[in-house]
Amino acid sequence: MELISLAIRSIFIENILLSTFLGMCSFLAISKRIDTAMGLGAAVIFVQFITVPANWAIKHFFLEPGALAWTGVPALAALDLSFLIFICFIAVIACLVQFVEMVLDRFFPPLYQSLGIFLPLITVNCAILGGSLFMVERNYTFVQSVVYGFSSGAGWALAITCMGAIRKKLRYSNIPPGLKGLGITMLLTGLMAMAFMCFSGISL
Amino acid sequence: MAGNLKKVLVDPLSENNPVTIQILGICSSLAVTVKLETALVMAIGLTVVTAGSNWVISLLRNTIPSKIRMIVEMAVVSVLVIVADQFLRAYLFEISRQLSVFVGLIITNCIVMGRLEAYALQNPPGLSFLDGIGNGLGYSLVLVIVASVREILGSGKWLGFRVIPEAAYSAGYINNGFMLLAPGAFIVLGLLIWVQRTLSKKFETD
Repeated sequence: MELISLAIRSIFIENILLSTFLGMCSFLAISKRIDTAMGLGAAVIFVQFITVPANWAIKHFFLEPGALAWTGVPALAALDLSFLIFICFIAVIACLVQFVEMVLDRFFPPLYQSLGIFLPLITVNCAILGGSLFMVERNYTFVQSVVYGFSSGAGWALAITCMGAIRKKLRYSNIPPGLKGLGITMLLTGLMAMAFMCFSGISL
Repeated sequence: MAGNLKKVLVDPLSENNPVTIQILGICSSLAVTVKLETALVMAIGLTVVTAGSNWVISLLRNTIPSKIRMIVEMAVVSVLVIVADQFLRAYLFEISRQLSVFVGLIITNCIVMGRLEAYALQNPPGLSFLDGIGNGLGYSLVLVIVASVREILGSGKWLGFRVIPEAAYSAGYINNGFMLLAPGAFIVLGLLIWVQRTLSKKFETD
């Protein structure tokens, strides 16, 4: 039950894009067309679902103070490597994205064809690194980090799909020239964030 | 040459602003702008990291094989960000706690990567360093404006000092708490982009 509540919270209430502003760059760039928006959304769910638990394991078994105790060497057990978190996480994300790309290419060609161009972009999407860093900051357990990874990705995908749909309608509207493109998208994102705030207070 | 130097430094402030024109680094410019104080610290951090990584990559630009340049860039940027983060934790712990994950997210801030790819790989170290400073300042300018608007309207303060007089409150003025929430940030930045693009006549053709 707690896990469902966590999922609801990270999809709707604390949406990673609309309340913590992560992944704005690709959100603004890719939301012009709804089908590419959905493709990138799916890729983000997929990568987030894998990287957050993977980074949890890296942190838990290597980087935390005392995490190396399983090696049985006293000198290692006393090490605190948590300052390496940034560089390790970004390396894990880059490697996993590359690995996922290769696996998909080899075993699931249709999925690779549809996600193909978006996968490399994901390494520099701050929602992915941000998700892992929030996992550290909020001290999630392994199961929680799996749920959080999936549902924060799903929240991002939901937001970008909605924006893709709105921008499609927007193509036929008469917008002041200075507001075209980025400006109107920011204002719309603000309105969307306001709508999502109505979810706050829901708990299961 | 001197004109060129000035152009590299001043262009990103308005004509080619990284946030409003190049659409880079939007995420952090929204998240840290609830208060001017955190915005300033973040702006300085990003300027230092951008300038430093531009300089290092530009020094290495002829030795990095182009296939693995992304990884090299990531490594250089991460090292600089770790230094910045440790520095903040040591000397400005309270602010570093408020910035939470966003110091770490400088690594994936598109301004850093964008300038490395677009400028540092083709230009000598001195100019690249200036380009980093210039873009950092352009980003800082946007941060300061957005943060000032949000802090003054949202909590009636500016840099922690009360600017809206008590008399206004007793006459029934209420702080606009909306400005402190996420949607306020989107809307303030959206309006800023509108003003900036109308002034500089840089329109997007959609």
